[in-house]
Amino acid sequence: MAAPANPTYRLLIALVLAIIMMVLDQRTPWATPVRHVLGYLTAPIHYLAHLPVDSSEWLSEQTQSRGSLMDENRRLQRQALILEQKVQRLAVLEAENVRLRELLNSSADLDANVLVAEIIGVDPDPNRQELVINKGRGDQVSRGQAVLDAQGLIGQVVDAGPLSARVLLVTDASHAMSVQVNRNGVRAVLAGTGQSDGLKLLYVPDTADIREGDLLVSTGLGQRYPRGYPVATVTSVRHQSGAPFAEITARPTARVDRASHVLLVQPTEKPLIPVPDPEAANDA
Amino acid sequence: MMHDRPAGTGVIIVTLLIAALLEVVPLPDSVNWVRPEWMLLVLVYWVLELPSRIGVLWGFFVGLYHDVLVGTTLGQWGLAYALGAFVMLAAYKRMRVFTSLQQCAVVFLLVGTVSLLAFLVQESVGRTLYPPYTILYASLTSAVLWRPVCALLRWVQLRFLVR
Repeated sequence: MAAPANPTYRLLIALVLAIIMMVLDQRTPWATPVRHVLGYLTAPIHYLAHLPVDSSEWLSEQTQSRGSLMDENRRLQRQALILEQKVQRLAVLEAENVRLRELLNSSADLDANVLVAEIIGVDPDPNRQELVINKGRGDQVSRGQAVLDAQGLIGQVVDAGPLSARVLLVTDASHAMSVQVNRNGVRAVLAGTGQSDGLKLLYVPDTADIREGDLLVSTGLGQRYPRGYPVATVTSVRHQSGAPFAEITARPTARVDRASHVLLVQPTEKPLIPVPDPEAANDA
Repeated sequence: MMHDRPAGTGVIIVTLLIAALLEVVPLPDSVNWVRPEWMLLVLVYWVLELPSRIGVLWGFFVGLYHDVLVGTTLGQWGLAYALGAFVMLAAYKRMRVFTSLQQCAVVFLLVGTVSLLAFLVQESVGRTLYPPYTILYASLTSAVLWRPVCALLRWVQLRFLVR
C-alpha cells in the first residue's frame, strides 16, 4: 500500500473548488445544480432517518383499541362541525371583503393553494433552526414559499431539493419578517432568537401601543409571506429607562418544535404591480 | 500486498452513508450538542487504512455530501474534510504505531480543527449563534467513540475484504 505521490496538489484543487463553490453558493444561484444533484442522494437519508418515527406511528395506529378510535372519531367530528360553522361565516365575510375592496379599487387577495407536507428531519446543528420536509421540486415546491402549521406561520422554504426541501423557521437567529399587531395595526420587525420558543420585536419605540398577549400577524410586506397569517403572541413588554427601544419578546403561535405536518402556501397569482427590474431601469 | 487490486468501494460508500444517517437521526436538543462527527470518523478510518485510495478528493466529496445533507454553505464541510483527510494522509504511519489513547487524542484534535474550520465559514455567513468552544463537546464524544468505531469498521473491512 503505497501512499499517493503528492496529496498537496489535490488539496490545493479541493481548496480552490471549495472556495469557488462557497462564493457561488452565497452570491449567485449557480451552485444550485450541484445541490440539486446531491439532493437525490441526501433525501433518502432523511426519509430513512424518519422511518422509526413513521413506523412507530403506524404501529400505534394498528394497535389502538376500537374504543379509543371511536372516541377520536367523535372528537374529530365535533371539531369538524365547529370548523364548518366557522367556514360558513368566513365565506360571507370573504365575499363582503372582496366587495369592499372592489369599492376601494384595491386588489382582492384570494385564497392561496396549499400543499400538505410532513416534517422528516430537524437540523442537528443547535446554531440553526431548520426543518426538512418530504416535498420537493417534484411537488412544485419552490424557494421562498411560506410554510404554516395549523396554528400559524412556521417559516419559509430556503432550499427546494428534488425530493425534499429545507425550511428556515421564523425562530432562526438569521430570520426576520414584517408583522403587525392584529389589534391596532402597529407594524414592527419580528426576529428569531435561535430558541424554538423565542422571538423578539426589533426597534419598537417605547411609546408604541403593544401589550402582552397581542397577536402579531404577517403584513405581506417584503413579498415573501402572505398577508394576515398569525405568527406570534407577545409574551412580555419591558420598558427600560435610558434604552431607545422597548424590549418585547413573543412566542410563535405555530408549534414550531412539535408540529409533524405543515402546509405550504402557493401564491395563486402574481402581484398586480410588476416588480421593477433595476437592471432594465439602468439600461433605459 | 502490492498485488492486491482495490476492492470494496461500495462497502466504503455504504459505511459513509450509514454515518450520514447517524448525523441526521433526530435526537433531543441537549444530545445534539454531543453528537459525534460520524462521517468524519468513518472517513478518517478509511484514510488511515487505505491511504493510497482514500484521500483528499474523497474527503472533499464526502464533505460536499455532508453540506447538502445538513444544508450548510456548499463547500463548507468539503473544505474542512479535504483538509482533515490531508492531515491524516500526512500522519497515517504515525497513527498506526500510536497507542489507543494517543490515537484518541489525535482524533480529538483533528475533529476539533476540522469543525473549527467549518465553524469559521458558518460564522462568516452569519449562521452561528453559540460561541466556538461548543464544538469541543462533539470533538470529545468523537474521540471517545473512535476506538469502538474503529473496531466496528475493522470488522466490516475484514468481513467484506475491502482493500
